[in-house]
Order: sequence, then structure tokens, then C-alpha cells
Amino acid sequence: MTIKELDQVVVRFSGDSGDGMQLAGNIFSTVSATVGNSISTFPDYPADIRAPQGSLTGVSGFQVHIGAGKVYTPGDLCDVLVAMNAAALKTQLKYAKKDATIIIDTDAFQKSDLEKAAFKTDDPLAEMGVDADRVIACPLTQMVKDALADSGMDTKSVLKCRNMFALGLVCWLFSRDLDIAFNFLRDKFAKKPELAEANIKVIQAGYDYGHNTHSSAANVYRIESKVKEPGRYMDITGNKATAYGFMAAAQKAGLKLYLGSYPITPATDVLHELSKHKSLGVTTVQCEDEIAGCASSVGASFAGALAVTSTSGPGICLKSEAMNLAVIMELPLVVLDVQRGGPATGLPTKSEQTDLLQVLFGRNGESPMPVIAARHPVDCFDAAYEACKMALEHMTPVVLLTDAFVANGSAAFKLPNLDEYPAINPPYVPEELKGTWTPYMRAENGTRYWAVPGREGFCHILGGLEKDSQTGAISTAPENHDLMTRLRKQKIDNIKVPDLEVLGDEADADLLIVGFGGTYGHLRAAMDELRAAGKKVAMAHFKFINPLPANTSEVLKKYNKVVVAEQNMGQLAAFLRMKVDGFVPYQFNQVKGQPFVVSELVSAFDEILNK
Amino acid sequence: MSEYTAQDFKKGQPRWCPGCGDHFFLASLHKAMAEIGVAPYNTAVISGIGCSSRLPHYMATYGMNTIHGRAAAIATGCKVANPDLAVWQISGDGDGLAIGGNHFIHANRRNINLNMILLNNRIYGLTKGQYSPTSPRGFVSKSSPYGTVEDPFRPAELCFGARGHFFARAVATDAPGTVEILKAAYNHKGASVCEILQNCVIFNNGTHDAVYNKEGRSKNAIYVKHGQPLLFGENLEFGLMQDGFGLKVVKLGENGITEKDILVHDAHCQDNTLQLKLALMGDGDGFPVALGVIRDVDAPTYDDAVTAQIEEVSKSKKYHTFEELLETNDIWEVK
Repeated sequence: MTIKELDQVVVRFSGDSGDGMQLAGNIFSTVSATVGNSISTFPDYPADIRAPQGSLTGVSGFQVHIGAGKVYTPGDLCDVLVAMNAAALKTQLKYAKKDATIIIDTDAFQKSDLEKAAFKTDDPLAEMGVDADRVIACPLTQMVKDALADSGMDTKSVLKCRNMFALGLVCWLFSRDLDIAFNFLRDKFAKKPELAEANIKVIQAGYDYGHNTHSSAANVYRIESKVKEPGRYMDITGNKATAYGFMAAAQKAGLKLYLGSYPITPATDVLHELSKHKSLGVTTVQCEDEIAGCASSVGASFAGALAVTSTSGPGICLKSEAMNLAVIMELPLVVLDVQRGGPATGLPTKSEQTDLLQVLFGRNGESPMPVIAARHPVDCFDAAYEACKMALEHMTPVVLLTDAFVANGSAAFKLPNLDEYPAINPPYVPEELKGTWTPYMRAENGTRYWAVPGREGFCHILGGLEKDSQTGAISTAPENHDLMTRLRKQKIDNIKVPDLEVLGDEADADLLIVGFGGTYGHLRAAMDELRAAGKKVAMAHFKFINPLPANTSEVLKKYNKVVVAEQNMGQLAAFLRMKVDGFVPYQFNQVKGQPFVVSELVSAFDEILNK
Repeated sequence: MSEYTAQDFKKGQPRWCPGCGDHFFLASLHKAMAEIGVAPYNTAVISGIGCSSRLPHYMATYGMNTIHGRAAAIATGCKVANPDLAVWQISGDGDGLAIGGNHFIHANRRNINLNMILLNNRIYGLTKGQYSPTSPRGFVSKSSPYGTVEDPFRPAELCFGARGHFFARAVATDAPGTVEILKAAYNHKGASVCEILQNCVIFNNGTHDAVYNKEGRSKNAIYVKHGQPLLFGENLEFGLMQDGFGLKVVKLGENGITEKDILVHDAHCQDNTLQLKLALMGDGDGFPVALGVIRDVDAPTYDDAVTAQIEEVSKSKKYHTFEELLETNDIWEVK
């Protein structure tokens, strides 16, 4: 047996949608994180609702990247591929490295399985050009049945444990401590201890099988933990982190959290998550449409709640009308847009960054609105918190952009201490202004005061018609409209955001890599690779897009070559060119619905360096 | 006794055309609110866009004159977020039933405790005279110079079809009738739809002529009251009786018919069949137009249920703060 010492490894679990690949992947990543490895995960769902069992369109994957040092992405290609059936091997092999170890269940490679997966011969490995020496082929289904023969479970329940055998085998490959997995299962199935024990039995069987039969054949890997940050952690997806950020902000601001929403992939998990936590006083309303989701949130905001609405894809088009109402009424509102493939219904389960210009400009009239883009699953927590703080303190709708990749991906989340988060202080109208206050009277930073219904002496009418800056009455006066337009813009421009941080060869880079939102990990990994190869490269990544950081122009103009890399046709590049005089960047644009591939970025950037 | 007068709810000088039905309705609303007695600062008046949706600007309450069609949705969020507010939603027939039709039916279905006012003049006034979803088939307007080729909505049918529990109707010029149904709408817990028949003097003058003045109403309308026989006419000489699956108009004294034979109005009846028949009368069918509270049935409200569920779940769950929520996850420690 050879023990390979690795810095990082990528494992991809794949099988039918019902095979429980996500659970196996989650347990594996948690076990790895517990021993101090860095983790990043990403699920790859099939587009079909419930494709037929064993079919090519029904395959779902779950990729886990674990590292001794920091890992930023779920990884390009995997070192270990688990293929629970023939269709999984057929569709997922393209995500495996040439020398990857492949685990297959031979019981799911029978004649009918091969037919469903459209194999032409009865030797799928040869047909796919896979070297049999790299394959751990085991009669997995049969061994699960044997392991649970005395359990008294029905066949269907027994078969549901197949994922745990694969997990056991992978745990053996990476010498993982099974006790951590066992504890996880005992916690997860606390109410069904017999189910927990059955799963545990199967994991052990998978581990023992690997140990007994393959100890001389395959590699066994070791991944040490090099950068441990002590603390208490949990695994969190971007959507869950976003929901947590909203709840944290509501608590900190002392406000009721209201979510008006409508189910839409991939944003729906935020609605699911918040709907669970009524014991924190969270109100969620699943509305009749996207329009009402946003409109009801505007109503809730008027009534004094921290109002949030969540959406994706075409939903953001429908919400833009009520978002604009919040702009002119100057009410706080957070609009979460989990970007997916477009236009129209587009690619509902896939990821893009194609809504940027829409959220910046896609409304009638002059309608300035802050935009914040989360960088990775864990960053969604801070980004959501910051969006709420900004909305409440500056009396404005704020767009929080994430994307399907960030929303569904997960990573280890160090439990936050809210005492360390900044206070949230909405500009409630001071009591002493009673009698002289008018609705568009402004505090020093240009923000309108908030007078919540129920307060005597502050009755007022807001609305979608332009208002007089002094009296708050309807006004069509030309000078007043011009003034109000400027005041609304100035208010957003006055918002303080952190300076743009330059990573890498800040002083003397030959190329500055620029991006925003969910590409952070891939761009950073690409920069690290280029620097490891001796190139002078830096990176500046935008989280705050409107208003832009104060040092934006200075940073972008400092470097000879700048490339803006984004998953759209150049929307951030266009915005930066509009905002920074004379800025002409190189562009790297990809709109495949998939995350960037680090190796592709590296070669594209290298090419720019060589120009 | 309420501590408020109509004056306490008044603000500004309305900008509607002279003679517009909205003037009459506004005065009745001020009066009704004063009699109801909820403080102006605990009242929110929320409208969409249209002539009638200007109304919040003439209220000394909290309020919003929002965007076209969305008043019911915005009012929903307002009420759910702060159930202590009395929330009035003001829409015209275009705002409420065309662009806002979806929100109208769902607010009724959910039974949110909103007072939903539908000012029906069967025309788009603010955009200067196009047919609306309540204009009759064949209606000639700027956008239908040869007459419309579509049937109108009948608001009561939509309300009932959406499982609405309260429907009332009044004529804008009939102040006592309007005040009465507005108070009934406030007292009804749940979505309360009040259809106000209102004249547009410029673009659809005379649309409700048959019932617009007192004399017309005495001939062409019936005031329905829960528990009272359905009698109408200048001397209450006519009445309504059931006739197979339908209703018929009868004259007292003819064919031996006495008041005892007349159908007694039941606004509280869960089954809305006869209430709907009353509500649909008067469309040139020889029946009088029904005014007053036609349906008023108790049912659980959405906003109460939301609050109750939060309380119930809070009691059964062990976590109530963000910090406690974190601890419900699978946590590991890196040392």
C-alpha cells in the first residue's frame, strides 16, 4: 500500500438523484473539516425533476474539495470519482483527472443499466477508455444487502444505504476517522436510532471492504492540516448563510424580519430556511407572484419591519417595479438575487453573473440602488448582514447578488460572534422634530428619516409620485424633480464602503485580475497558480459594486494590464469603463452556466501576460 | 363614543374633477373613520394608481399612494408586519381588477384583515377614457371606438370565487349607505370588499344613473340587511322570493303574497349561493341593484394565524435567538 501525501484532493460522488450523494458528500466534508482540513463543496443537480432511474439525465453529482491549506473552490477535476451506476460513469468521467481513482458499483453496471446509459458494448470501462487498474469495482449493492441481511429492513430501505458504503470506502481511501461520521449520523437520525445504526454498519462494511481487498492495489491518501484556525465550525451553504445573515441583522437591529417571496430555483432555499425559524419571530409570506413578493415587502418595510425579498432569473424582472417604488419612497429593503442562467427561463439550475447591469440600471427613471455581491458561501453571511445594515441606515433598497454556484456550494463556517458585528442604527425620526418634520427632511448624510406608523405626530403619505423636497407633497415642478433626483443619487454615493483590496503582487504586478461576486475562489486560485509559476500577478475583487470603493480608479489605473474576468459578456467591465475614465481592460468572459475552471483561467491570463 | 371627528382624518384639497364620485366617497370615509374611532396614527391607507388612488393624499393618517395594481399586495405586507394597524386599501376598477386582479383574489383567498375599497366607475379616468374590466360588452371608448368585444368582471363574482367572506356595496352619493358598509367592513375581521358605485363625470357620465340619486335608488335598488325581508320599491311594495334555482320579484298583495313569503336576507350564511344572486342583480335584468352588506361571514384571518403560529412554534422550540439557532447545527471544533 502506498500512502500519497497530498496538499489537496477533490472527490466527486455521483449517482441517481435518489442515491443520497449529497449526504455522503456532506458527511465526508464534515469529517475532513473536523480534522482541520479546509473544505469547499458544490452540488451539481440534474435539470430534470425526477428523471427515470439509471438514466443519463437523472445523474446528480456532489463535489468536495479538501485541502491541507486554504481551498477556495470545489476544484476543477476530481481525484476520486464515485459512480454509483453506469449513467454516472458516462456523464461524470469528464470531471475526473486522467489518473483519478474510480469507484463503481458493478451491480449497477448490468445489461439494462448499460443500455439506459447508452453504452454500446458490455465493457463500459474500455468504451470510456478507463484503465481498469485505477478502478475499484465492487458488488456494492450486494454487499450492502449482506451487511443489513439481519436488520429486518425492507429492500427499499436497505438500498437507500448504498451511499454509506461508498462513503465508507472513501473514508478508507483517506484514512478518515469513522467515529466522526458515526457521531454525525447519530445526531442526524437522533429520532431514528435504528436507521443511524444501519447506516453506521454499512459505512464500516465499506471501510473494511477497502481495507481488506484493496490494500495492495490502490493509493491511500493523507491530507495534513497545515493552517488550522481554531474555533467552532459548521458546514453552511450560501443560501443558508444568506438566511442566517438576515436573521442576525434583524436581531442586531431589534426588528422583525419579514420575507415576501415566491418559489424560484435556485433562491427557494432561502425561503425554506427562513420559514423554519418562527421561534426567532421571522415572518415569511409565500406570495401569489414575484411582484407581490417584492410589493408586500415594501408594505412590511413601511410598517417598520426589516423587509427582504428573494428571487432569481426572471423574478428580478418582475420585482424591478416595486424595487423602484422603494427607491422613490426611500424605504429600506433588501432584494436578494441568486443569479442563474438566462435569458427568460434560461438554465434554472445553473450559475451565471448576468444580472449585474439589470440590478444596477434595469428600472425606469433614474433609480440608483446599492449593489453588493457575495464572494463565496460563507461570505453570504457577512454580505447579507451588510446589505441589511446599509438598507436600514441609508433608507434605500439594496440588491444582494449571489449566484447558483455560491448559493448551493458549501464551506466550513466559523460560528460568528454577533458582538463583533457593527451595530445597526436606522435613522428613526427624532421625537423633537414633531410638528416640524416633513417626510423628505434629511439627516446629515442625506438620508430620509424613518417614521413608522403607530407614532403619534408623524402621520404622512409616501408614494410613487415625485414629492416636494420640503413639504413632501406631490410635485411636478422641474427644479424640484431635478433636485430630488440628485438627492437620491447623492444619498447612495455617500454610502461608505471598504476600499478595494489588492492581493498578490500589489506593488509590481504585470497583470491585475479583476472580478466580482462568486468568482472570487477561482480567480484567486488562478492568481496563486500563476504566482507559483513565477509570474507577477495581483487581484482586485469587487464585493461592493454600487457605490464603488473610493480607491477603484487608483487601483485599476495602477497596473499596465488589467483583465476583467466574469461569467457574462462583460457587464462589470462595461460598468467600470463607465465609471473610470480611460480604463480599457482585457476581458475574459464565459457564460456556460458552470463555475470557471482554474486551469482555463491560468492559460487565458498567461496569454495576456505574454502579449 | 369615538374621540375623533371627521376633521381629524381630513387633509388637503382634493384635486378630482368637480362632481366626481370620489369627493362623496372621501367625505364618507372621513366620517366612517371618525365613528370607528381608530387613531389616525394607527391607520394606514394604501392605494395603487388611478384617479381614486389619489385618496391617501387627502388623509391625515399614515399612507401610501403606490404603483399601479399593487395596493393589495403592499397592504398585505403592511398588515402582516404590523397587525395592530387598521389598513385600508383603495383601488379603482382598473387598478384593482385589471393589473391588480391577481392580488385582489389572493388577498381575499388568504383572508387578510384588510378593508378593500373598490371604487367602480367602469372606466380608466386618469389615462383619459379607455374601457376597464368592468365596462359592459359593446362599451364605446377611446380604445374601443367600435365597442368592446369582451365581457366585464362582476366584482362580487371575483370576490366570491376567491372565497371572499365579506362583500358590500354602496353608491358614492349615498353617504349613510356608504358609512354603514365602511363600518361593517372595519368590524368584519378578514378581507372586506366594498364596491362603491361611482360616477366619472368626464369619461363615463351616467354609468350608475339608475341608482345614483335617492329617487332612482327608491325604484331601482334594494337595501339588504341581515335578518330583514328583502323588500324594495318606493313604498316597499316589492319583494324577492326564491324561484327554483333563481330569484323572482313579487308584489305584495298580488296572488296572496304577504311579507311572510318574502326571502329574509342572511349575510352570515356560509353558502354564498343566494348572496351571489343578490350581488349580481340589476344588470338590466328587471331586478333591483343590491346595496348594503351582502355577505359577512366569520373565518380565521391570515394575519392572526401568522401571529398565532409564531407564538405556538416559539413555545415548542428551544431556540429563540440567533446564538441559540447556531447551536442547533452539527458543530465541530478545530483546536
